[in-house]
Amino acid sequence: MNFDLSDEQVLLREAARDAFSRVRTVEAAREALEGAALPDLWATAQQAGWTGLLLDEQHGGAALGAIDAMLVAAEAGRVLASVPLLGHLPATAIANAGAGGLDEGTLGKLASGELRAAYVPARPGDDVDPAWTTEPRSGRRRAPAPAVVRGDEGLATVSGSVAWVPDAVGADVLVAVGMEAGGPVAVALGASAEGVTVEPAGGVYDATRPLGHVTFDDACGRVLAAGEVELRRAWFLAHALIAAESLGAVEECLERSVAYAKERYTFGRAIGSYQAIKHALTEVLRRQENTRSLLYYAGWAYDSKPDEFAAAASAARAAGGAALDFAARELISVHGGIGATWEHDAPLFFRRAQVSRRLLGGTGDAVDRLAGELLTGAAAAA
Amino acid sequence: MDLNDTPEQAAYRAEVRAWLEQNAVHAPATRGRGDEQEAVAAHRAWQRRLAEAGYVGVTWPAEHGGQGKGPLHQVVVNQEIARAGVPGILDAIGVGMLGPTLIAHGSDEQKQRYLAPMLHGDEVWCQLFSEPAAGSDLAGIQTRARQEPDGSWRLSGQKVWTTNAQFAAYGLLLARTDPDAHKHKGLTMFVVPMDAEGVTIRPLRQISGEPEFNEVFFDDVKLAPDAAVGPVNGGWGVALTTLMFERLTIGAGSEGMGYRADRFAAAIASDPVAAKDPEVRARFGALATELLALRFTGYRLLTAISRGQIPGPEAGMGKITAVNGAIAAGDLIADVLGPEALDPDSEWSYLISFLPGLKSAGGTEEILRNTVGERVLGLPPEPRLDKGVPFSELRAKERQEVAS
Ligand SMILES: Cc1cc2nc3c(=O)[nH]c(=O)nc-3n(C[C@H](O)[C@H](O)[C@H](O)COP(=O)(O)OP(=O)(O)OC[C@H]3O[C@@H](n4cnc5c(N)ncnc54)[C@H](O)[C@@H]3O)c2cc1C
Repeated sequence: MNFDLSDEQVLLREAARDAFSRVRTVEAAREALEGAALPDLWATAQQAGWTGLLLDEQHGGAALGAIDAMLVAAEAGRVLASVPLLGHLPATAIANAGAGGLDEGTLGKLASGELRAAYVPARPGDDVDPAWTTEPRSGRRRAPAPAVVRGDEGLATVSGSVAWVPDAVGADVLVAVGMEAGGPVAVALGASAEGVTVEPAGGVYDATRPLGHVTFDDACGRVLAAGEVELRRAWFLAHALIAAESLGAVEECLERSVAYAKERYTFGRAIGSYQAIKHALTEVLRRQENTRSLLYYAGWAYDSKPDEFAAAASAARAAGGAALDFAARELISVHGGIGATWEHDAPLFFRRAQVSRRLLGGTGDAVDRLAGELLTGAAAAA
Repeated sequence: MDLNDTPEQAAYRAEVRAWLEQNAVHAPATRGRGDEQEAVAAHRAWQRRLAEAGYVGVTWPAEHGGQGKGPLHQVVVNQEIARAGVPGILDAIGVGMLGPTLIAHGSDEQKQRYLAPMLHGDEVWCQLFSEPAAGSDLAGIQTRARQEPDGSWRLSGQKVWTTNAQFAAYGLLLARTDPDAHKHKGLTMFVVPMDAEGVTIRPLRQISGEPEFNEVFFDDVKLAPDAAVGPVNGGWGVALTTLMFERLTIGAGSEGMGYRADRFAAAIASDPVAAKDPEVRARFGALATELLALRFTGYRLLTAISRGQIPGPEAGMGKITAVNGAIAAGDLIADVLGPEALDPDSEWSYLISFLPGLKSAGGTEEILRNTVGERVLGLPPEPRLDKGVPFSELRAKERQEVAS
């Protein structure tokens, strides 16, 4: 048994940290709230080879695993870097599955990053409701997944809408998960194809997290080979990536909180000597390490225990989402008044926490999914 | 990242599994009510059987009767015991915490004399640390040992919450030997025969109604000159070794205690209405997240240990996760099943009653958070009044504080 990162994975993480450290991403996050343009980190992702991380070597990719993708996501999350991998990576994981679908030229361009893809997610059905659904613009009633009608020569038309899609704005290719009579199916559409609309959404509360409302109106695209198993997996991969981003941000919040707790004095004592502060920060640490363990679990299950990937990624998402919310709130309260001001970085982490927790069904849905997976597993075993 | 056994571990697992399949008929019920003496005898025999097969003290050095294997082999044994549905050893406190303390600090004669019978369950041990006035603040103990001119010791005082004292042969006891030294400096660790003259053991019943721990009184008990473990007045360092093993045992051992998401899932899934109830699912998903995190944090910890790293105080965080996760699970199951869950014959009643105490046992959550905050995060300690004061003057100081 060895439940730790490999040397290559440690190097990958260090390289990612190093790459992001060359850009003032946190400052950029604040300036973007005032309307400034965000630094374009896509070239960084291309150079580092992250764009092809989940594509096979024959397509020009690096054929790495979910854990490697998570390590990059964690480093991006640590510094609130806006790099559209949350859209691209699950999309390429779907494109990579099975033969047929996209031609080698397109796959190669996805791997190199010359083309940027975005995953237009659909939530797989569960033990309570078997339907595949997508995010609504507002409220709890989920929308049906887009309807797909197959045409000739591997083409299909797609109709429906999906709200709050990460990284859809500016993507070249949309990999949408929809429903046809036989079940879920993925279709790749050009973002500028007729019938495709991508409307920028959000991006005001957390400017580093571009979202879009995607509408397909009889839009024509190419049917991909990925089957139901891969389409389920893509949904949970996106969850794991959100959890990984959260882990990085939690680490940053904790480091900053601890540093301040050692240097800020009240009543003649460093505030970190007060148990109310000390115990809250150990709680951040506890949640941080729990999230890390669950991400390792998800990364391991992705490759070695596919049946458990849904549960593992959901647990990681649940732990990571709650951890970041807790850590960001602690970062604010440990800093007292300044923590609540625009001058400080704490609000940026808080904003990231609030938006991230609500994406793709939200952390509450991940908790419910974990419960469903374990309860159906237990019922089957009985 | 790989959770599979190496070929060598797989072979070992197969061997353990085969042995358990053959020997499970001799195992006592995991938790029986009824006559305690009979139950203890049955569990003692079971430990002996396991020990003779080489499945107790797997990580102990061979010269002390162990197998000299790595911690992962111990995990394989624990997992297979859990899988077989048979109980583990009777003396987990001795084998898991006190034996390793003797191995680290004891004299050759002590190791020679005590370790083998401990391993075989012939002599069960108990941990005589806590006192009525000193639990979290363990270095504040008052049980006093005085050395006689002939080198022997006289022991007087009281210990409390002593698990297994009612059938233990020996106890590892922390006593004050120099009251004029600072609190942590004047302590010495001793081996105490529980049948010595002047030792009185009185059972204390717990929330479950069962008396699993005791108060133990020492009235001028005579101890041999070689009863001290480690240096005289160096007992605090010895105690810290025990506490390190204790946290490890409770944190990493909690899966073995049955605090596992899949076990609780089975109980809830057996009620189809509960399994679809959004509130039940929300609560179960949240606690399952914690218990799964505990399990995979355990694997990270084991990976570190198997590479020769010594687990730091962060291992104590596992105890917090385990206890709180299990409390939430017991609570949810009682909400799902109703009062039936609290019936003494229910699988859950003992768990529900045991957990509030486990919150304190082996270090309270507050103490663990203090330690982790200071030693892992490097946060400054709280101011304290007992620093640099001879122990003999401390009580007066504390009284002054209360009066003012
Ligand atoms: C089931 C069980 C089995 C046990 N078995 C054994 C055994 O075999 N051998 C043995 O020696 N002991 C045993 N114990 C004792 C256990 O180690 C102590 O109960 C524990 O260390 C707490 O000490 P205390 O009971 O004196 O509580 P106290 O130390 O008096 O604590 C009371 C409360 O004050 C809080 N507190 C204390 N100091 C601080 C601080 N600095 N900051 C914040 N809060 C603080 C504590 O967290 C706790 O909530 C057992 C206990 C239980 C419940």
